[in-house]
Amino acid sequence: MNDECVVRITVTVDENHSEQSGAEQPQSKGRRKFLTIATSVVGGVGVLGASVPFIGSLGPSAKAKADAADVEVDISSMEPGQLILVRWQSKPVWIVRRTPEILAELTIAEDKLRDPNSEKQQQPAFAKNRGRSLNDEYLILVGICTHLGCSPKHLKNGAMEQYVEGVRNGFFCPCHGSKFDMAGRVFKNVPAPLNLVVPRYHFINDTTVVIGSEAEVS
Amino acid sequence: MQKLMNWIEQRLPVKRVADMHAMQYPAPKNMNFWYVFGFLSMVVLVNQIISGIWLTMHYTPTAEGAFASVEFIMREVDYGYIIRHMHSTGASAFFIVVYLHMFRGMMYGSYQKPRELLWIFGMMIYLALMAEAFMGYVLPWGQMSYWGAQVIVSLFGAIPVIGPDLVIWIQGDYVVSGATLNRFFALHVIAVPLVIVILVFLHICALHEVGSNNPDGVSVKFKKDSLSKQDKTPFKIHQYYTNKHDYSDDVVPFFPYMVLKDFVALSVFLFGFCYVLFFAPEMGGKFLEHPNFEVANSLKTPEHIFPVWYFTPFYAILKAVPDKLFGIMAMFSAIVALFALPWIDRGHVRSWRYRSGFHKVNLLVFALVFVSLGYLGGTPQEAWKLIASQVLTLLYFSFFVLLFLYSKNEWTKPLPARITR
Amino acid sequence: MKKLVFILVMCFHPFGFSATGEYGLDHAEIDLKDKASLQRGAKVFMNYCLGCHSMQYQRYQRTFDDIGIDEELAQEYLQYSGAKASDYVVRAMDAKDAEAWFGVEPPDLTLVARVRGTDWIYTYLRTFYKDDSRPFGVNNLVFPDVAMPHVLEPLQGTPIVTYNEEFKGSDTEKQVKGVITDGSGSLSSEEYDQVVLDLVNFLEYTGEPTRLVSERIGRWVLAFISVFGVLVYLLKKDYWREVH
Repeated sequence: MNDECVVRITVTVDENHSEQSGAEQPQSKGRRKFLTIATSVVGGVGVLGASVPFIGSLGPSAKAKADAADVEVDISSMEPGQLILVRWQSKPVWIVRRTPEILAELTIAEDKLRDPNSEKQQQPAFAKNRGRSLNDEYLILVGICTHLGCSPKHLKNGAMEQYVEGVRNGFFCPCHGSKFDMAGRVFKNVPAPLNLVVPRYHFINDTTVVIGSEAEVS
Repeated sequence: MQKLMNWIEQRLPVKRVADMHAMQYPAPKNMNFWYVFGFLSMVVLVNQIISGIWLTMHYTPTAEGAFASVEFIMREVDYGYIIRHMHSTGASAFFIVVYLHMFRGMMYGSYQKPRELLWIFGMMIYLALMAEAFMGYVLPWGQMSYWGAQVIVSLFGAIPVIGPDLVIWIQGDYVVSGATLNRFFALHVIAVPLVIVILVFLHICALHEVGSNNPDGVSVKFKKDSLSKQDKTPFKIHQYYTNKHDYSDDVVPFFPYMVLKDFVALSVFLFGFCYVLFFAPEMGGKFLEHPNFEVANSLKTPEHIFPVWYFTPFYAILKAVPDKLFGIMAMFSAIVALFALPWIDRGHVRSWRYRSGFHKVNLLVFALVFVSLGYLGGTPQEAWKLIASQVLTLLYFSFFVLLFLYSKNEWTKPLPARITR
Repeated sequence: MKKLVFILVMCFHPFGFSATGEYGLDHAEIDLKDKASLQRGAKVFMNYCLGCHSMQYQRYQRTFDDIGIDEELAQEYLQYSGAKASDYVVRAMDAKDAEAWFGVEPPDLTLVARVRGTDWIYTYLRTFYKDDSRPFGVNNLVFPDVAMPHVLEPLQGTPIVTYNEEFKGSDTEKQVKGVITDGSGSLSSEEYDQVVLDLVNFLEYTGEPTRLVSERIGRWVLAFISVFGVLVYLLKKDYWREVH
């Protein structure tokens, strides 16, 4: 084990070694202090700089951005009362063609709603109305429950009545029982805190809606 | 604050370990620039681990998706090309610093008693690194990835009796396929890196137990109580070391002296590394080979196929032997011989500074042979190259044979009592 | 033995040299900073190549942004394929059909410059020559028996191979000199070379669209490392001064 240890004891010390060496006696304390701080700061900036690509790479890729682009939907063949499901930014978006009966239903249970006047910012300015829409005939919603992200079910033709008396149509979230009316407004006494989100959209003609952006004001 | 530190220290020896292994670790003063490559390997290892983690976030380990996902990283992920080039350049940089680190060990006899185990751990790291690099190279699933895997995996087919079945078992299919890619991915991203990290830890533990060698190969530690106060180092050295030995005035604490030296080397290294990374990531087709920009095609072999440059010396040895099984055995012996170096060298003088001229020539020839074999293994086969690589293969092994023969009674210069400056 | 047979075959085959692609490559003096050239090259690609070859890893919008094509011009480029700007540059042709027509599926060209090199492509596109024994009536000096028709023939004209003839005893050794056009194309030979050069430049760009931005960042990084290096060196000197 001690092979490494040199046994020659008489060490001939040459001139260079006889000088008192090694002890820390900086030539100029100020210079060393400055260099130490400067090196540490520059090194620290370097580490921060090196982390830029790593942090930056975690954002949405070009593919994700391309997939998140606006979606054009042809609504010319929608039946009254029908719901179609559209994929936008990988999220489910509902388009419902509401009949006059469905629209009439919106008024009957407003006292049971948490935010009947859409005070909370869950919709673009254009949809801050009873129908929460640009054109009352078409309801467009992001189909994700504001509670914990499940996608609620569309209950129609009286199927909703078992949950809310007198309301024949609406949305019901199977995960935790949240209830919404046919404008995506949330009922009281359910876990979901907010109305369903209305995405930005605009019609480019009578039969085509673009989801993702509002019409450019010209 | 002090109380908190004490509270932690009583439960986890943070300060003690830092003092023992950095702040008060005795490092010989005369360590020259050859001693920075260990530190640089560490830096590259960290670079590979971090950039590798980030690559796995976007990479798809399937035969259908792998190639496209690499291009996805290169084009569609913000800064993805930087991360990918950090990893690909890092792979080559790793071997550059490791080869220099190994050559340093050979020059200064750092494998000799009592550092045999240290050397063995180092060689195991090297072996694991080769496995890691090989499997990593398969992942982009380009033509070179595919055919490189095909060739290397086929080597196992030369093993008598079980060979052919072994190849199928390794591939997980009758050819190199998505199944092979998937298992290589698993091994590359978790299994082998884990082994490497553990081996590096052991390598450093073993180093600090026996102490660092230096270019003179003479010891800086002396028998306890054999040095006068004047001859002892004035620096504070951890009592773990001073309790056992006296340290002459030839050592400095690792921090800040060696750390600063390493950091100077680091900035030089980073300059070169970043130059390649940002300006020439292909490095003329050596770091990223041209055929590998074409997706793997099991029906079409590229015109010339070579392993990446860091494997080519061994590949040249493989090609030099005109028999499959013996070629593979020669290739493996070339690595095994390095493992056995501490026992092949029977000399007692470590540094080549004090060894015979013959030894110096032998070692230099060995280095030259290694580089030349690398050239021959990485360029298209020609008749003269076959003969050249056969000669060089013999020279490669003759280094070890000669060393074994002359080292026992080698003429050496007298060693200085203390390190020279 | 195989090699010997090969050499013998080469000696007697009139284009033996070209079987191994030994025809010397011309240097393509490309410049990724030349946006006008890249734009012209992109147009040539959309016009002549995209019918059969995709660039499945490259998006139109990315291309437009990188090489400075404005929205108006972009619409014109997109017309060739009827794609959206956010789409990948993908051909309309079905892979199966392509294989039936050409015998092989036309390869994706996103990375072709990185596989073959720009000199190779530059030479390849300028060394088609008339060869009636081939299905499309053309052959190529650097890619013998290529399965691709000479798509740029309307520009170049019909190319004819020329030889240097050398008399050695009773035998005449023919050596390929190059390719000349019969002049039926719409471009002069210099103009044609420029068109090919633009296209090659564009292919080099798509091979690694981040090349220029990488170098821009790289310059800052290297400057920064140099500053750090000087500081560390001075600090190291300061500490080591009193060690000796």
